[in-house]
Amino acid sequence: MDDVLEIAGRRFSSRLVLGTGGAANLSVLERALVASGTELTTVSLRRADTSGGPGVLDLLRRCGVGALPNTAGCRSAAEAVLTAQLAREALDTNWVKLEVVADEDTLLPDPFETLDAAERLVADGFTVLAYTNDDPVLARRLEDAGCAAVMPLGSPIGSGLGIRNPHNIELIVNRASVPVVLDAGIGTASDAALAMELGCAAVLLATSVTRADEPERMARAMRDAVRAGREARLAGRIPRRFWARASSPAVEGGW
Amino acid sequence: MRVLINGRAHELAESCTVAGAVAAAGAPARGTAVALDGQLVPRAEWTRTELTPGARLEVLTAVQGG
Repeated sequence: MDDVLEIAGRRFSSRLVLGTGGAANLSVLERALVASGTELTTVSLRRADTSGGPGVLDLLRRCGVGALPNTAGCRSAAEAVLTAQLAREALDTNWVKLEVVADEDTLLPDPFETLDAAERLVADGFTVLAYTNDDPVLARRLEDAGCAAVMPLGSPIGSGLGIRNPHNIELIVNRASVPVVLDAGIGTASDAALAMELGCAAVLLATSVTRADEPERMARAMRDAVRAGREARLAGRIPRRFWARASSPAVEGGW
Repeated sequence: MRVLINGRAHELAESCTVAGAVAAAGAPARGTAVALDGQLVPRAEWTRTELTPGARLEVLTAVQGG
């Protein structure tokens, strides 16, 4: 396949990153992962004796899906850096999805802590994929800090509100020289297609699949939506026009 | 001596190492990482890192999330 996604030298044929959060159990998750065609998925780091989680890594290994540890739950740069270091140790990867949120109600990224953490992690040799607000200035600052990808939200995590500011996403895409991954807020397939039509390199989503009535079916829908949106982006959409433009030849003398 | 492992008190032998504490907590050695008093302890140092009374140990692993 010619149209590959490349992040920090690693190539992916799928442009959908399906997170593992929210699935009712590992068997539901496995079917969704397989149906989605994803090659990379997020995992979190939690206490070993309370989570019941050892199964998720075995599952990913079995499915051939790469694990991208996140720093979910961190409120400060210091917490995020320690979590990333622990994840590197536990999972043998220097890739990290950096996520530093400001409060529990919105789960919106804290821009100051995120940028601070990004700088420290890049200096420590991490490949940083940074979850960020849909702010073109911040996205640029994260790229300048050395992030391998910037991941603006469409809307708050788990809200399913879709892409609330498509123009900002376009601005970010237009000026970025690293891949832009739309992360968070996807509710249904058309949101994922829109992200790709706006020029995003990939889409990261979890809740919209794992908490759908039928996760496996929604995973397929997302896979197809991401492909369709990507194709439409590459095909080049027609310009928007105020007035109609006939698609049949003009009528002359009756016909 | 008494140490905290993942927020719970454990009574361990004197001169216990991080490796011993991980085993005492029943956590698998594979796929885990350890922070001692807020600092990462690389796996290679587990067997030679001695705990002191009151140490706070976090033993973490990957779970579904994100």
